Amino acid sequence: MAASPIGMNRFYTILGAVAVVGIGLLGYQLSKPATVSIPANVTVQPSDTAGFRGYVKGSDSAAVEITEYADYQCPFCQTFATLQMPTIDERLIKTGRLRWRYRDFPLQQHPYSRIAAHSAACADEQGKFWPQHERIYEGQSEWAESRDGADIFRRYAREVGLDLAKYDACMSSGKYAGRIQASYEEGARAGVSSTPTLLVGGRLYQGRFDSDAITRLVDSLAPRATSAR
Amino acid sequence: MNYRMGAAVLSLVGLFVSAYLYLYKIGRIGTLACGTGGCETVQTSVWSRFAGVEVSLIGIVGYALLFAVAMAGLRPAQTARRWPAQLLAALAGGGVLFTIYLTYLELFVIHAICRWCVGSAVIIVGLFALALLGLRRTD
Repeated sequence: MAASPIGMNRFYTILGAVAVVGIGLLGYQLSKPATVSIPANVTVQPSDTAGFRGYVKGSDSAAVEITEYADYQCPFCQTFATLQMPTIDERLIKTGRLRWRYRDFPLQQHPYSRIAAHSAACADEQGKFWPQHERIYEGQSEWAESRDGADIFRRYAREVGLDLAKYDACMSSGKYAGRIQASYEEGARAGVSSTPTLLVGGRLYQGRFDSDAITRLVDSLAPRATSAR
Repeated sequence: MNYRMGAAVLSLVGLFVSAYLYLYKIGRIGTLACGTGGCETVQTSVWSRFAGVEVSLIGIVGYALLFAVAMAGLRPAQTARRWPAQLLAALAGGGVLFTIYLTYLELFVIHAICRWCVGSAVIIVGLFALALLGLRRTD
């Protein structure tokens, strides 16, 4: 059943054509530019910040408020968000002792920080900032090395149950670029230079934190009420 | 073209389909070209991994093996041998069983159809058919 030389030639021609078409199509897909980009050099307008002072969780009556300036692509922020925040959430925020305010501080060296922040802002429009925020941090190792982070954030948006048509429109508009920049500038004015940085009662805390350190800090600022004996 | 040539061409097409899905999964490609929108649902579901490995990566390895066997079976010294046809049938048969499982997941668990997965299913069934015909030919 050996093929004739003519048969083999025809076979190699077909195989070569399939290879060229396949490699060509994959190459085209790989070379397509990223679908969304969020500019960093926007001029902040008053309307960008009107009424907005970060994403807040926790009781309005909590005795302590911590503002976190963070960057989605920063590895320490990722560790803090995924390993420490769940404990802080359970121990301090849900018990009404602490109110947490998250502010964007996208660092220059991280190409996807602003897109990530914008994705979370678009999720906020649909009342799902925190699920998207957590999903973005959880997936940092996946998108930080990818070619098109925006597409991965869109996948997360689907996973957390966002209306994708609204999400796409929001992302394409880049409407929160100014707000993200405003948050960055506000942080810089307050003295933030690295992430994560916590702002507590006018004092800045920079570096690595764990949930125990945050608990001690909250305890020192608002001692726990002791039960009567 | 004989059956092994057909198997080589089909497995190369399957290899590109799997590579496309894998590149999407690891974030190297933007949105998938998929009219129904079901591709993203399937590809982002927990069932897009099998035993901790991306299904599309399993596809790449499977089609690469099929391609290698088909090409090896076309070498003059092997054309009269039966083992390439047997190995092709075994590999493609495994692929068909895996595809049945994945299609079941799409239809009854995920409730979404990915056109690229359907394309891959057609390719693997075609490969299995060619392998069986090749086996009969070498009886």
